[in-house]
Amino acid sequence: MPDIFSHFNYVVVIVLMMTGLYTVFASRNLIKKLAGLSVFQTSVFLLYITIGKVTGGQPPILIKDKSYGVDDEGQALLDGVVQVAAGKDSYIIGGPGTDILYSNPLPHVLILTAIVVGVATLSIGLALTVRIREVYETIEEDEIEAADFVYNLEGTAD
Amino acid sequence: MSDPQNTSDNPLGRDPHVLLRVISKFLIPLIALFAFYVQFHGDYGPGGGFQAGVILAASVILYALVFGLAEAKRAFPPRLIRYGMTLGVLLYGGTGVVNFILGGEFLNYSTLASDAATGQHYGILAIELGVLTTVTTVMIAIFYAFGSRQPETSDEDW
Amino acid sequence: MSLIFAAAADVPFVPPLILIDIFLLSILVVVAVAIVRMRSLFGVVMLQGVYSLVSAAWFVTLDAVDVAFTEAAVGAGVSTVLMLSAMLLADRKSTPVPMRRQFGALAVVVLAGAAMLYAVGDMPAFGDVNSPANAYVGMDFMAKTAEEIKIPNVVTAVLGSYRGYDTFGEVVVIFSAGLGVLLLLGLNGNSGGWVARPNGQMLNDHSAPSAALSDSNVAEDPQAEDAQ
Repeated sequence: MPDIFSHFNYVVVIVLMMTGLYTVFASRNLIKKLAGLSVFQTSVFLLYITIGKVTGGQPPILIKDKSYGVDDEGQALLDGVVQVAAGKDSYIIGGPGTDILYSNPLPHVLILTAIVVGVATLSIGLALTVRIREVYETIEEDEIEAADFVYNLEGTAD
Repeated sequence: MSDPQNTSDNPLGRDPHVLLRVISKFLIPLIALFAFYVQFHGDYGPGGGFQAGVILAASVILYALVFGLAEAKRAFPPRLIRYGMTLGVLLYGGTGVVNFILGGEFLNYSTLASDAATGQHYGILAIELGVLTTVTTVMIAIFYAFGSRQPETSDEDW
Repeated sequence: MSLIFAAAADVPFVPPLILIDIFLLSILVVVAVAIVRMRSLFGVVMLQGVYSLVSAAWFVTLDAVDVAFTEAAVGAGVSTVLMLSAMLLADRKSTPVPMRRQFGALAVVVLAGAAMLYAVGDMPAFGDVNSPANAYVGMDFMAKTAEEIKIPNVVTAVLGSYRGYDTFGEVVVIFSAGLGVLLLLGLNGNSGGWVARPNGQMLNDHSAPSAALSDSNVAEDPQAEDAQ
Protein backbone atom coordinates (compact mmCIF):
# COMPACT_ATOMS: atom_id res chain seq x y z
CA MET A 1 0.00 0.00 0.00
CA PRO A 2 1.28 3.51 -0.75
CA ASP A 3 2.39 5.68 2.11
CA ILE A 4 -0.25 8.36 1.47
CA PHE A 5 -2.73 6.62 3.73
CA SER A 6 -0.47 6.47 6.77
CA HIS A 7 -1.37 10.05 7.71
CA PHE A 8 -4.62 10.42 5.78
CA ASN A 9 -6.82 10.08 8.88
CA TYR A 10 -5.04 12.81 10.78
CA VAL A 11 -5.44 15.29 7.93
CA VAL A 12 -9.20 14.66 7.58
CA VAL A 13 -9.73 14.75 11.33
CA ILE A 14 -7.95 18.11 11.55
CA VAL A 15 -10.19 19.46 8.79
CA LEU A 16 -13.24 18.24 10.75
CA MET A 17 -11.92 19.78 13.95
CA MET A 18 -11.42 23.13 12.26
CA THR A 19 -14.92 22.97 10.77
CA GLY A 20 -16.36 22.55 14.26
CA LEU A 21 -14.17 25.33 15.62
CA TYR A 22 -15.24 27.62 12.78
CA THR A 23 -18.91 27.00 13.66
CA VAL A 24 -18.16 27.98 17.25
CA PHE A 25 -16.37 31.18 16.22
CA ALA A 26 -18.39 32.36 13.27
CA SER A 27 -22.02 31.68 14.16
CA ARG A 28 -23.80 34.11 16.42
CA ASN A 29 -26.57 31.74 17.46
CA LEU A 30 -25.96 30.08 20.82
CA ILE A 31 -27.58 26.74 19.91
CA LYS A 32 -25.59 26.54 16.69
CA LYS A 33 -22.45 27.39 18.63
CA LEU A 34 -23.14 24.46 20.95
CA ALA A 35 -23.73 22.13 17.98
CA GLY A 36 -20.38 23.28 16.55
CA LEU A 37 -18.72 22.66 19.90
CA SER A 38 -20.16 19.16 19.87
CA VAL A 39 -18.76 18.52 16.37
CA PHE A 40 -15.37 19.84 17.50
CA GLN A 41 -15.46 17.55 20.51
CA THR A 42 -16.40 14.46 18.48
CA SER A 43 -13.52 15.21 16.08
CA VAL A 44 -11.07 15.25 18.99
CA PHE A 45 -12.41 11.82 19.94
CA LEU A 46 -11.73 10.65 16.38
CA LEU A 47 -8.12 11.85 16.65
CA TYR A 48 -7.49 9.94 19.87
CA ILE A 49 -9.09 6.71 18.67
CA THR A 50 -7.12 6.84 15.41
CA ILE A 51 -3.87 6.86 17.38
CA GLY A 52 -4.90 3.76 19.35
CA LYS A 53 -5.67 1.63 16.29
CA VAL A 54 -3.30 -1.23 15.49
CA THR A 55 -3.33 -2.66 11.99
CA GLY A 56 -4.70 -6.17 12.02
CA GLY A 57 -5.75 -5.71 15.62
CA GLN A 58 -9.02 -6.52 17.29
CA PRO A 59 -11.05 -4.90 20.07
CA PRO A 60 -9.27 -4.97 23.44
CA ILE A 61 -11.39 -7.76 24.88
CA LEU A 62 -9.09 -10.58 25.95
CA ILE A 63 -9.59 -13.98 24.36
CA LYS A 64 -9.76 -16.95 26.71
CA ASP A 65 -6.89 -19.35 26.18
CA LYS A 66 -9.00 -22.49 26.26
CA SER A 67 -11.62 -21.69 23.66
CA TYR A 68 -9.37 -20.01 21.14
CA GLY A 69 -6.68 -21.19 18.77
CA VAL A 70 -7.98 -24.75 18.50
CA ASP A 71 -11.26 -26.07 17.13
CA ASP A 72 -13.41 -28.75 18.75
CA GLU A 73 -11.22 -31.60 17.53
CA GLY A 74 -8.10 -30.01 18.96
CA GLN A 75 -6.76 -28.93 15.56
CA ALA A 76 -4.79 -25.71 15.62
CA LEU A 77 -6.48 -22.84 13.78
CA LEU A 78 -3.52 -20.49 13.85
CA ASP A 79 -0.06 -20.68 12.40
CA GLY A 80 2.87 -19.53 14.44
CA VAL A 81 3.46 -18.82 18.11
CA VAL A 82 0.78 -17.57 20.46
CA GLN A 83 1.87 -15.88 23.68
CA VAL A 84 -0.12 -16.97 26.69
CA ALA A 85 -0.40 -15.44 30.15
CA ALA A 86 0.80 -17.66 32.97
CA GLY A 87 -1.45 -19.33 35.51
CA LYS A 88 -4.89 -20.89 35.39
CA ASP A 89 -7.85 -19.09 33.84
CA SER A 90 -5.43 -17.47 31.46
CA TYR A 91 -6.04 -15.11 28.54
CA ILE A 92 -4.13 -14.67 25.33
CA ILE A 93 -2.23 -11.41 25.56
CA GLY A 94 -0.75 -11.33 22.09
CA GLY A 95 1.49 -8.57 20.88
CA PRO A 96 3.86 -7.74 18.02
CA GLY A 97 5.25 -10.85 16.40
CA THR A 98 2.33 -13.06 17.35
CA ASP A 99 -0.87 -13.89 15.54
CA ILE A 100 -3.12 -11.96 17.88
CA LEU A 101 -3.02 -8.19 18.20
CA TYR A 102 -5.29 -6.01 20.29
CA SER A 103 -5.78 -2.31 19.74
CA ASN A 104 -4.60 0.03 22.48
CA PRO A 105 -7.26 0.23 25.25
CA LEU A 106 -5.94 3.39 26.90
CA PRO A 107 -7.30 5.97 24.39
CA HIS A 108 -10.65 4.16 24.55
CA VAL A 109 -10.83 4.63 28.31
CA LEU A 110 -9.87 8.30 28.09
CA ILE A 111 -12.44 9.02 25.39
CA LEU A 112 -15.17 7.00 27.10
CA THR A 113 -14.98 9.35 30.07
CA ALA A 114 -14.71 12.40 27.79
CA ILE A 115 -17.93 11.54 25.93
CA VAL A 116 -20.04 11.43 29.08
CA VAL A 117 -18.46 14.58 30.48
CA GLY A 118 -19.18 16.16 27.08
CA VAL A 119 -22.90 15.56 27.36
CA ALA A 120 -22.85 16.92 30.92
CA THR A 121 -21.23 20.18 29.86
CA LEU A 122 -23.51 20.37 26.82
CA SER A 123 -26.58 20.16 29.04
CA ILE A 124 -25.27 22.95 31.26
CA GLY A 125 -24.69 25.09 28.17
CA LEU A 126 -28.20 24.38 26.91
CA ALA A 127 -29.71 25.25 30.29
CA LEU A 128 -27.85 28.57 30.25
CA THR A 129 -29.08 29.19 26.71
CA VAL A 130 -32.67 28.57 27.78
CA ARG A 131 -32.33 31.01 30.66
CA ILE A 132 -30.71 33.62 28.40
CA ARG A 133 -33.60 33.23 25.99
CA GLU A 134 -36.12 33.72 28.79
CA VAL A 135 -34.48 36.94 29.96
CA TYR A 136 -33.35 38.46 26.65
CA GLU A 137 -35.99 36.90 24.36
CA THR A 138 -33.26 36.05 21.84
CA ILE A 139 -30.30 33.73 21.52
CA GLU A 140 -28.46 35.79 18.91
CA GLU A 141 -25.28 37.24 20.39
CA ASP A 142 -25.58 40.56 18.58
CA GLU A 143 -29.04 41.22 19.96
CA ILE A 144 -27.96 40.21 23.45
CA GLU A 145 -25.07 42.66 23.25
CA ALA A 146 -27.43 45.37 22.01
CA ALA A 147 -29.76 44.74 24.94
CA ASP A 148 -26.81 44.85 27.32
CA PHE A 149 -25.75 48.18 25.83
CA VAL A 150 -29.18 49.68 26.53
CA TYR A 151 -28.72 48.86 30.19
CA ASN A 152 -24.99 49.65 30.21
CA LEU A 153 -24.23 46.26 31.77
CA GLU A 154 -20.59 46.49 30.79
CA GLY A 155 -20.14 49.77 32.63
CA THR A 156 -18.24 51.54 29.86
CA ALA A 157 -20.58 54.38 28.92
CA ASP A 158 -20.06 56.45 32.03
CA MET B 1 -62.24 5.13 8.95
CA SER B 2 -63.49 8.46 10.28
CA ASP B 3 -66.01 8.62 13.04
CA PRO B 4 -68.62 11.27 12.19
CA GLN B 5 -69.24 12.10 15.85
CA ASN B 6 -65.65 13.03 16.56
CA THR B 7 -64.62 14.90 13.42
CA SER B 8 -64.82 18.26 15.16
CA ASP B 9 -61.79 17.81 17.39
CA ASN B 10 -59.87 15.20 15.44
CA PRO B 11 -60.18 14.49 11.72
CA LEU B 12 -59.24 10.82 12.16
CA GLY B 13 -61.71 10.37 14.96
CA ARG B 14 -59.19 8.58 17.14
CA ASP B 15 -55.81 8.92 18.75
CA PRO B 16 -53.42 9.66 15.86
CA HIS B 17 -50.46 8.17 17.72
CA VAL B 18 -51.97 4.77 18.48
CA LEU B 19 -49.37 2.89 16.44
CA LEU B 20 -46.53 4.75 18.15
CA ARG B 21 -48.00 4.04 21.57
CA VAL B 22 -48.54 0.33 20.98
CA ILE B 23 -45.07 -0.25 19.57
CA SER B 24 -43.29 1.76 22.24
CA LYS B 25 -45.24 -0.06 24.96
CA PHE B 26 -43.73 -3.23 23.57
CA LEU B 27 -40.23 -1.74 23.16
CA ILE B 28 -39.72 0.13 26.44
CA PRO B 29 -39.39 -2.97 28.69
CA LEU B 30 -36.98 -4.48 26.18
CA ILE B 31 -34.85 -1.32 26.19
CA ALA B 32 -34.71 -1.37 29.99
CA LEU B 33 -33.84 -5.07 29.98
CA PHE B 34 -31.08 -4.43 27.43
CA ALA B 35 -29.69 -1.72 29.73
CA PHE B 36 -29.30 -4.25 32.52
CA TYR B 37 -27.69 -6.74 30.15
CA VAL B 38 -25.18 -4.07 29.14
CA GLN B 39 -24.56 -3.25 32.78
CA PHE B 40 -23.86 -6.75 34.03
CA HIS B 41 -22.20 -8.08 30.89
CA GLY B 42 -19.84 -5.11 30.83
CA ASP B 43 -17.00 -7.18 32.29
CA TYR B 44 -17.12 -9.64 29.42
CA GLY B 45 -18.10 -7.58 26.40
CA PRO B 46 -18.51 -3.96 25.43
CA GLY B 47 -20.61 -2.08 27.93
CA GLY B 48 -20.56 -0.75 31.45
CA GLY B 49 -22.23 1.66 33.79
CA PHE B 50 -22.16 4.72 31.53
CA GLN B 51 -23.73 3.03 28.53
CA ALA B 52 -26.29 1.16 30.65
CA GLY B 53 -27.25 4.32 32.50
CA VAL B 54 -27.83 6.24 29.30
CA ILE B 55 -29.89 3.40 27.78
CA LEU B 56 -32.00 3.07 30.93
CA ALA B 57 -32.59 6.82 30.90
CA ALA B 58 -33.48 6.59 27.21
CA SER B 59 -36.28 4.15 28.02
CA VAL B 60 -37.80 6.66 30.46
CA ILE B 61 -37.28 9.51 27.96
CA LEU B 62 -39.03 7.48 25.24
CA TYR B 63 -41.92 6.87 27.63
CA ALA B 64 -42.13 10.61 28.31
CA LEU B 65 -42.00 11.47 24.61
CA VAL B 66 -44.79 9.07 23.67
CA PHE B 67 -47.11 9.17 26.69
CA GLY B 68 -46.42 12.68 27.97
CA LEU B 69 -44.29 14.08 30.74
CA ALA B 70 -46.99 13.84 33.43
CA GLU B 71 -47.33 10.09 32.87
CA ALA B 72 -43.55 9.66 32.95
CA LYS B 73 -43.35 11.57 36.22
CA ARG B 74 -45.90 9.17 37.68
CA ALA B 75 -43.85 6.18 36.51
CA PHE B 76 -40.49 7.61 37.62
CA PRO B 77 -41.20 10.23 40.32
CA PRO B 78 -38.87 13.26 40.43
CA ARG B 79 -38.42 12.52 44.13
CA LEU B 80 -36.34 9.46 43.17
CA ILE B 81 -33.97 11.63 41.17
CA ARG B 82 -32.60 13.49 44.18
CA TYR B 83 -31.90 10.23 45.99
CA GLY B 84 -30.52 8.44 42.93
CA MET B 85 -28.05 11.17 41.96
CA THR B 86 -26.55 11.27 45.45
CA LEU B 87 -26.72 7.55 46.09
CA GLY B 88 -24.65 6.70 43.01
CA VAL B 89 -21.81 9.04 43.96
CA LEU B 90 -21.94 7.81 47.55
CA LEU B 91 -21.85 4.17 46.43
CA TYR B 92 -18.74 4.84 44.35
CA GLY B 93 -17.01 6.81 47.10
CA GLY B 94 -18.26 4.37 49.74
CA THR B 95 -16.59 1.48 47.96
CA GLY B 96 -13.32 3.37 48.27
CA VAL B 97 -13.92 4.04 51.96
CA VAL B 98 -14.69 0.35 52.57
CA ASN B 99 -11.32 -0.46 50.99
CA PHE B 100 -9.78 2.01 53.41
CA ILE B 101 -11.39 0.31 56.38
CA LEU B 102 -10.35 -3.14 55.17
CA GLY B 103 -6.74 -2.02 55.12
CA GLY B 104 -6.09 -1.16 51.46
CA GLU B 105 -5.70 2.08 49.57
CA PHE B 106 -8.67 4.18 48.48
CA LEU B 107 -10.37 2.34 45.56
CA ASN B 108 -8.01 -0.65 45.77
CA TYR B 109 -10.63 -3.37 45.47
CA SER B 110 -8.25 -6.27 46.16
CA THR B 111 -9.18 -6.11 49.83
CA LEU B 112 -12.85 -6.89 49.20
CA ALA B 113 -12.32 -10.65 49.03
CA SER B 114 -9.68 -13.13 50.12
CA ASP B 115 -8.58 -13.54 46.51
CA ALA B 116 -7.30 -10.31 44.95
CA ALA B 117 -8.82 -10.96 41.51
CA THR B 118 -12.24 -11.78 43.01
CA GLY B 119 -12.02 -8.63 45.09
CA GLN B 120 -11.34 -6.58 41.96
CA HIS B 121 -14.35 -8.22 40.36
CA TYR B 122 -16.65 -7.26 43.26
CA GLY B 123 -15.24 -3.75 43.38
CA ILE B 124 -15.82 -3.13 39.69
CA LEU B 125 -19.38 -4.44 40.00
CA ALA B 126 -20.04 -2.06 42.92
CA ILE B 127 -18.66 1.05 41.29
CA GLU B 128 -20.39 0.28 37.99
CA LEU B 129 -23.65 0.13 39.93
CA GLY B 130 -22.88 3.55 41.38
CA VAL B 131 -22.13 4.91 37.90
CA LEU B 132 -25.38 3.41 36.58
CA THR B 133 -27.48 5.06 39.31
CA THR B 134 -25.93 8.50 38.90
CA VAL B 135 -25.93 8.54 35.10
CA THR B 136 -29.53 7.30 34.82
CA THR B 137 -30.97 9.76 37.28
CA VAL B 138 -28.95 12.74 36.05
CA MET B 139 -29.98 12.12 32.43
CA ILE B 140 -33.63 11.80 33.45
CA ALA B 141 -33.32 14.90 35.65
CA ILE B 142 -31.91 16.96 32.79
CA PHE B 143 -34.69 15.78 30.49
CA TYR B 144 -37.37 16.53 33.10
CA ALA B 145 -35.89 19.98 33.67
CA PHE B 146 -35.98 20.87 29.97
CA GLY B 147 -39.29 19.14 29.30
CA SER B 148 -41.16 20.72 32.21
CA ARG B 149 -40.30 24.20 31.02
CA GLN B 150 -41.82 23.47 27.64
CA PRO B 151 -44.98 25.20 26.54
CA GLU B 152 -47.38 22.58 25.16
CA THR B 153 -46.41 21.85 21.55
CA SER B 154 -49.01 20.88 19.01
CA ASP B 155 -48.57 18.53 16.05
CA GLU B 156 -48.74 21.46 13.63
CA ASP B 157 -45.78 23.12 15.30
CA TRP B 158 -43.33 21.40 12.98
CA MET C 1 -9.88 -17.05 10.45
CA SER C 2 -6.29 -17.99 9.82
CA LEU C 3 -6.44 -16.38 6.38
CA ILE C 4 -7.38 -13.03 7.85
CA PHE C 5 -4.61 -13.09 10.40
CA ALA C 6 -2.03 -14.22 7.88
CA ALA C 7 -2.97 -11.36 5.55
CA ALA C 8 -2.76 -8.89 8.40
CA ALA C 9 0.70 -10.06 9.32
CA ASP C 10 2.08 -9.73 5.79
CA VAL C 11 0.63 -6.44 4.54
CA PRO C 12 0.99 -3.25 6.58
CA PHE C 13 -2.47 -2.03 5.52
CA VAL C 14 -5.70 -3.88 5.04
CA PRO C 15 -7.26 -2.28 1.93
CA PRO C 16 -10.94 -2.81 2.94
CA LEU C 17 -10.29 -0.90 6.16
CA ILE C 18 -8.88 2.02 4.17
CA LEU C 19 -11.93 2.01 1.88
CA ILE C 20 -14.38 2.09 4.82
CA ASP C 21 -12.20 4.80 6.32
CA ILE C 22 -12.41 7.02 3.26
CA PHE C 23 -16.14 6.39 2.90
CA LEU C 24 -17.05 7.26 6.50
CA LEU C 25 -14.65 10.20 6.71
CA SER C 26 -16.10 11.76 3.57
CA ILE C 27 -19.61 11.44 5.04
CA LEU C 28 -18.32 13.18 8.16
CA VAL C 29 -16.81 16.02 6.14
CA VAL C 30 -20.04 16.51 4.17
CA VAL C 31 -22.14 16.56 7.35
CA ALA C 32 -19.76 18.98 9.09
CA VAL C 33 -19.84 21.40 6.13
CA ALA C 34 -23.64 21.12 6.03
CA ILE C 35 -23.78 22.06 9.72
CA VAL C 36 -21.76 25.21 9.02
CA ARG C 37 -24.02 26.27 6.15
CA MET C 38 -27.41 25.33 7.59
CA ARG C 39 -29.60 28.00 9.14
CA SER C 40 -32.52 25.94 10.37
CA LEU C 41 -31.65 24.98 13.94
CA PHE C 42 -33.71 21.80 13.68
CA GLY C 43 -31.50 20.73 10.78
CA VAL C 44 -28.33 21.66 12.67
CA VAL C 45 -29.35 19.59 15.69
CA MET C 46 -30.34 16.55 13.63
CA LEU C 47 -27.13 16.74 11.58
CA GLN C 48 -25.15 16.87 14.79
CA GLY C 49 -26.85 13.60 15.76
CA VAL C 50 -25.97 12.14 12.35
CA TYR C 51 -22.37 13.23 12.83
CA SER C 52 -22.22 11.39 16.15
CA LEU C 53 -23.78 8.26 14.68
CA VAL C 54 -21.39 8.13 11.73
CA SER C 55 -18.42 8.64 14.02
CA ALA C 56 -19.75 5.79 16.16
CA ALA C 57 -19.67 3.58 13.06
CA TRP C 58 -16.12 4.70 12.43
CA PHE C 59 -15.11 3.85 16.01
CA VAL C 60 -16.26 0.27 15.37
CA THR C 61 -13.90 -0.04 12.41
CA LEU C 62 -11.11 1.28 14.64
CA ASP C 63 -11.77 -1.48 17.23
CA ALA C 64 -13.09 0.94 19.85
CA VAL C 65 -16.32 -0.95 20.53
CA ASP C 66 -16.93 0.54 23.97
CA VAL C 67 -16.44 4.06 22.68
CA ALA C 68 -18.72 3.40 19.72
CA PHE C 69 -21.41 2.09 22.06
CA THR C 70 -21.18 5.18 24.26
CA GLU C 71 -21.07 7.59 21.34
CA ALA C 72 -24.16 6.01 19.76
CA ALA C 73 -26.09 6.09 23.03
CA VAL C 74 -24.91 9.47 24.34
CA GLY C 75 -23.92 11.51 21.31
CA ALA C 76 -26.57 10.40 18.88
CA GLY C 77 -29.31 9.61 21.40
CA VAL C 78 -29.45 11.66 24.56
CA SER C 79 -27.65 14.82 23.47
CA THR C 80 -29.83 15.09 20.34
CA VAL C 81 -32.97 14.84 22.49
CA LEU C 82 -31.59 17.44 24.91
CA MET C 83 -30.65 19.83 22.11
CA LEU C 84 -34.08 19.41 20.53
CA SER C 85 -35.87 20.18 23.77
CA ALA C 86 -33.63 23.19 24.39
CA MET C 87 -34.21 24.36 20.83
CA LEU C 88 -37.97 24.19 21.36
CA LEU C 89 -37.53 26.62 24.25
CA ALA C 90 -35.27 28.90 22.23
CA ASP C 91 -35.41 29.54 18.50
CA ARG C 92 -36.08 27.70 15.24
CA LYS C 93 -33.85 29.70 12.90
CA SER C 94 -30.50 31.39 13.17
CA THR C 95 -29.93 34.75 11.52
CA PRO C 96 -27.21 34.77 8.86
CA VAL C 97 -23.91 36.35 9.80
CA PRO C 98 -22.58 38.94 7.31
CA MET C 99 -19.48 37.86 5.40
CA ARG C 100 -17.22 40.60 6.72
CA ARG C 101 -17.75 39.37 10.29
CA GLN C 102 -16.62 35.86 9.39
CA PHE C 103 -13.13 36.74 8.17
CA GLY C 104 -11.68 36.91 11.69
CA ALA C 105 -12.97 33.46 12.56
CA LEU C 106 -11.81 32.10 9.20
CA ALA C 107 -8.30 33.50 9.70
CA VAL C 108 -7.98 31.98 13.19
CA VAL C 109 -9.26 28.60 12.01
CA VAL C 110 -7.00 28.49 8.95
CA LEU C 111 -3.98 29.46 11.04
CA ALA C 112 -4.70 26.86 13.72
CA GLY C 113 -5.41 24.21 11.07
CA ALA C 114 -2.16 24.99 9.22
CA ALA C 115 -0.19 24.70 12.46
CA MET C 116 -1.75 21.31 13.18
CA LEU C 117 -1.23 20.08 9.62
CA TYR C 118 2.43 21.08 9.93
CA ALA C 119 2.68 18.82 12.97
CA VAL C 120 0.99 15.85 11.29
CA GLY C 121 4.30 14.62 9.85
CA ASP C 122 5.52 13.82 13.35
CA MET C 123 2.50 11.68 14.19
CA PRO C 124 2.92 7.88 14.14
CA ALA C 125 1.69 6.15 10.99
CA PHE C 126 -1.90 4.91 11.14
CA GLY C 127 -2.05 1.44 12.69
CA ASP C 128 1.61 1.33 13.72
CA VAL C 129 2.10 -1.37 16.40
CA ASN C 130 5.40 0.06 17.58
CA SER C 131 4.40 3.70 17.90
CA PRO C 132 5.11 5.19 21.34
CA ALA C 133 1.39 5.51 22.07
CA ASN C 134 0.78 1.82 21.46
CA ALA C 135 3.98 0.33 22.79
CA TYR C 136 4.24 1.02 26.50
CA VAL C 137 1.55 1.77 29.04
CA GLY C 138 -1.50 0.77 27.01
CA MET C 139 -0.16 -2.68 26.31
CA ASP C 140 1.06 -3.03 29.89
CA PHE C 141 -2.55 -2.61 31.01
CA MET C 142 -3.41 -5.54 28.75
CA ALA C 143 -0.91 -7.92 30.38
CA LYS C 144 -1.65 -6.69 33.91
CA THR C 145 -5.40 -7.11 33.46
CA ALA C 146 -4.96 -10.75 32.44
CA GLU C 147 -2.89 -11.36 35.57
CA GLU C 148 -4.44 -9.15 38.25
CA ILE C 149 -8.08 -8.52 37.45
CA LYS C 150 -8.94 -11.43 35.19
CA ILE C 151 -11.89 -9.91 33.38
CA PRO C 152 -11.78 -10.04 29.59
CA ASN C 153 -12.87 -6.49 28.82
CA VAL C 154 -9.69 -4.49 29.37
CA VAL C 155 -11.49 -1.17 28.90
CA THR C 156 -13.81 -1.88 31.83
CA ALA C 157 -10.87 -3.05 33.96
CA VAL C 158 -8.81 0.07 33.28
CA LEU C 159 -11.83 2.33 33.68
CA GLY C 160 -12.97 0.81 36.95
CA SER C 161 -9.78 -0.23 38.65
CA TYR C 162 -6.54 1.23 37.30
CA ARG C 163 -8.07 4.61 36.58
CA GLY C 164 -10.69 4.45 39.34
CA TYR C 165 -9.90 7.95 40.62
CA ASP C 166 -10.48 9.37 37.16
CA THR C 167 -13.85 7.67 36.84
CA PHE C 168 -14.84 8.80 40.34
CA GLY C 169 -14.07 12.37 39.35
CA GLU C 170 -16.15 11.92 36.25
CA VAL C 171 -19.17 10.65 38.19
CA VAL C 172 -18.84 13.75 40.37
CA VAL C 173 -18.73 15.90 37.21
CA ILE C 174 -21.96 14.33 35.96
CA PHE C 175 -23.53 14.81 39.39
CA SER C 176 -22.52 18.48 39.37
CA ALA C 177 -23.86 18.94 35.85
CA GLY C 178 -27.22 17.51 36.93
CA LEU C 179 -27.17 19.77 39.98
CA GLY C 180 -26.35 22.79 37.79
CA VAL C 181 -29.21 22.11 35.40
CA LEU C 182 -31.61 21.62 38.30
CA LEU C 183 -30.46 24.92 39.83
CA LEU C 184 -30.82 26.76 36.51
CA LEU C 185 -34.13 25.30 35.36
CA GLY C 186 -35.66 23.45 38.31
CA LEU C 187 -36.74 19.83 38.34
CA ASN C 188 -40.31 20.78 37.51
CA GLY C 189 -39.30 23.71 35.34
CA ASN C 190 -40.15 26.17 38.10
CA SER C 191 -36.81 27.76 38.91
CA GLY C 192 -36.41 31.31 37.67
CA GLY C 193 -36.95 34.39 39.81
CA TRP C 194 -33.67 36.22 39.76
CA VAL C 195 -32.13 39.51 40.85
CA ALA C 196 -28.84 41.03 39.71
CA ARG C 197 -27.06 44.28 40.54
CA PRO C 198 -24.74 45.23 37.67
CA ASN C 199 -23.14 48.68 38.21
CA GLY C 200 -25.43 49.37 41.12
CA GLN C 201 -28.54 48.98 38.98
CA MET C 202 -31.20 46.70 40.40
CA LEU C 203 -32.41 44.19 37.79
CA ASN C 204 -34.89 41.35 38.06
CA ASP C 205 -37.08 39.43 35.65
CA HIS C 206 -39.56 42.30 35.51
CA SER C 207 -36.99 44.94 34.64
CA ALA C 208 -34.84 42.71 32.45
CA PRO C 209 -33.24 44.00 29.23
CA SER C 210 -35.91 42.06 27.36
CA ALA C 211 -38.48 44.47 28.69
CA ALA C 212 -36.92 47.06 26.41
CA LEU C 213 -37.18 44.71 23.44
CA SER C 214 -40.80 43.67 23.77
CA ASP C 215 -43.88 45.04 25.45
CA SER C 216 -45.66 41.70 25.72
CA ASN C 217 -43.61 40.92 28.82
CA VAL C 218 -45.78 42.98 31.12
CA ALA C 219 -48.95 41.32 29.96
CA GLU C 220 -47.53 37.83 30.43
CA ASP C 221 -46.07 38.30 33.86
CA PRO C 222 -49.14 37.70 36.06
CA GLN C 223 -49.76 34.36 34.35
CA ALA C 224 -46.13 33.39 34.80
CA GLU C 225 -46.41 34.10 38.52
CA ASP C 226 -49.50 31.91 38.77
CA ALA C 227 -47.83 29.03 36.98
CA GLN C 228 -45.10 28.94 39.57
